[in-house]
Amino acid sequence: MAKVVVVTSGKGGVGKTTSTAALGAALAQRNEKTVVVDFDVGLRNLDLVMGAERRVVYDIVNVIQGDAKLPQALIRDKRLETLFLLPASQTRDKDALTPEGVERVMDELKKHFDWIICDSPAGIERGATLAMRHADVAVIVTNPEVSSVRDSDRIIGLLDSKTERAERGDRVEKHLLLTRYDAARAERGDMLKVDDVLEILSIPLIGIVPESAEVLKASNLGAPVTLADSRSAPAIAYLDAARRLAGETLPITIPGEKRGLFGKIFGRRAA
Amino acid sequence: MSIFRFFSKQSSAPTARERLQVLLAHERASVGQSDLVAILREEILAVIAKHVQVDREKVSVKMDRGEHVTTLEVDIEIPMKAGVRAA
Repeated sequence: MAKVVVVTSGKGGVGKTTSTAALGAALAQRNEKTVVVDFDVGLRNLDLVMGAERRVVYDIVNVIQGDAKLPQALIRDKRLETLFLLPASQTRDKDALTPEGVERVMDELKKHFDWIICDSPAGIERGATLAMRHADVAVIVTNPEVSSVRDSDRIIGLLDSKTERAERGDRVEKHLLLTRYDAARAERGDMLKVDDVLEILSIPLIGIVPESAEVLKASNLGAPVTLADSRSAPAIAYLDAARRLAGETLPITIPGEKRGLFGKIFGRRAA
Repeated sequence: MSIFRFFSKQSSAPTARERLQVLLAHERASVGQSDLVAILREEILAVIAKHVQVDREKVSVKMDRGEHVTTLEVDIEIPMKAGVRAA
């Protein structure tokens, strides 16, 4: 059974695309057939973060409009043979995405993949609502910062009302992914703590990704964080989040706060 | 400066937390409920119109979400003549 996951946030720049690439790669690393789908028509970037920007020929809009077949538009990752990308189009505007067209694409993807990870554009307009429309699970990417938390709250409201599941009286499973977390600043009282954000948004936590230079480094190289250096602190956070997404129960650790044996060995490079 | 800061120890996160809690309590109450209030208003109007003639402008439906209870306030002005007709 294919699972459709939307990575969303409302606010821009909190790490949706980074998280989509990292979680997608992490799931594919578990040998599960995964496709990451870019819904940011007109401002695509998932191709760049995945390092596939020069291999884009057809995109999701071409498939919706019948100019290309789905297999022609799918790009297989060079590093992982279980990982695929369906890019967004760069030239057309968001109206090119139609609800019927997206439904057809999703139905076809469900036949071929275990995981369909939808990278939502920022905002609450068409692209964002279509990205969440067919989701079974939502990963809400939030920074420990007031505007991001507020926008996440708004997105949670939309997930509970504007999705296919919500409309048939079902629920979208929601998970909080806290990114750019700095345990030291939170400890000093200058950043919202994990518990603060959890209490305000009241949805379960799927992972805490620390603020880290590794994230920028990976995007410079065009590699998902989990593939660029699977032992870096953000990579570990994403790999664990993917395991939780797949149903495993793991205790959540706050990166940079307590160091286990692993953290002691790799502590210097993880920080 | 740093010593001064050390003693005053003003941390900003509790302020952020408090502001968010107040704001979101308010926003959660208003988003989505505007729909509900509009629907309630139309249906209440329809029920009343069966029995008395009322001026649409004189019907106010308000929802107030408190911490523990939500109240629905319906204020309808019924003109004297309409009341007679109903009787």
